[in-house]
Amino acid sequence: MRQTRAIELGTGLFVLLGFAALFFLITQITSREFGLGEGGYRLTASFDQVGGLKPGAPVSMSGVNIGRVESIAYDFDEYRARVVLRIEPSYDRIPEDSDASILTAGLLGGQYVGVGPGASETFFKDGDRIQFTQSAIVLENLISKFLFSKAAEQQPAEGSAQEAQP
Amino acid sequence: MAHGILRELADSSAEALRAFGRYALFAGRLAAETPRALLRFRLVIEQVHNAGAQSLVIIMLSGLFVGMVLGLQGFDLLERFGSEESLGSAVALGLLKELGPVVTALLFAGRAGTALASELGLMRATDQLSAIEMMAVDPVRRVVLPRFLGGVIAMPLLAAIFSMIGLFGGQLVGVQLMGVDQGQFWSQMRGAVEFGDVMEGVLKSAVFGVACSLVAVYEGYHSVPTAEGVGRATTRTVVISSVSVLLLDYMLTAVML
Repeated sequence: MRQTRAIELGTGLFVLLGFAALFFLITQITSREFGLGEGGYRLTASFDQVGGLKPGAPVSMSGVNIGRVESIAYDFDEYRARVVLRIEPSYDRIPEDSDASILTAGLLGGQYVGVGPGASETFFKDGDRIQFTQSAIVLENLISKFLFSKAAEQQPAEGSAQEAQP
Repeated sequence: MAHGILRELADSSAEALRAFGRYALFAGRLAAETPRALLRFRLVIEQVHNAGAQSLVIIMLSGLFVGMVLGLQGFDLLERFGSEESLGSAVALGLLKELGPVVTALLFAGRAGTALASELGLMRATDQLSAIEMMAVDPVRRVVLPRFLGGVIAMPLLAAIFSMIGLFGGQLVGVQLMGVDQGQFWSQMRGAVEFGDVMEGVLKSAVFGVACSLVAVYEGYHSVPTAEGVGRATTRTVVISSVSVLLLDYMLTAVML
């Protein structure tokens, strides 16, 4: 009798410890935010270029996380990318003329949506659309733009030089 | 000459294939009997105690040291890139996805697997299994299956405990000894680790638990009923479980990455 009691005690302790460890790993270490995805309200924004933005990426205002990117899809009516943002319910006073831009965290970090507040007295409601958007910057475009502008600068100079020759 | 070698090769590969088939059949038999064994849960609980609670000390001690080494090595490596703050995520991901399940499974094979195999082998050698059979009780259902299930239940819990203790070991070295900022350590970890990473570790350790327990009970149950046979069964248990754990680890990682 004494033996089985000791076994039961040891087993109970072990199982309890095991599940406590599992619970600890899931709740304390992961970045899961409970409750998000259910509450809050949705905003949509259309971008010419979303770059490397992924669903689940943060939406931030002045660096404060206010929500997440829920979905990204291509909209054939506008021929632009349509991004649905889910904003946490406590951030319910975002002016209606605010702008959204796709930014990069750090030099090599992931991309996120930054919201800059406007000056309007009316605020966004569920289902509203952000009018002013700025697309993600694609590095290749930036480089090619830079090169073309350099080439354009040089061409007239060369042309005038040639004209002066004869 | 060449003919003889070819024949030997064919024979040994056929034998390996047969051994694999025997394992599969035994596993199928265990799976078929499992629902009935779960009704007599008291026997399983006893084996959870043997396989799990008895292995707790070695698992916790090993987890602490593995975590501490990870903290030390990770710090040394990350310091070269000037990103010591990522130590938390490095330690957590390393423990959760790889070292926790694998090292726990290897220790489990050494501690609980050998105990299972030698116990069953001795039962076979001393005709206890035949005696049970003579009483019209199926020894697989009464003796083997509870041990198998005990191991299967214990293994994921042991791996979770290992990872948790390892994290504290890593934190001990990284934060207390090496001076990484505690807030950075934990917040970077939270930023990098996702729910799927934890589940990957749990799934891995569950698979390893099945593999290790199966090997142990199979080798013990089918051991040659002599003193030498029991010894050999124990050795085979450790060798086969360790190799299959490492092989399965590669395959699971390749699938889930």
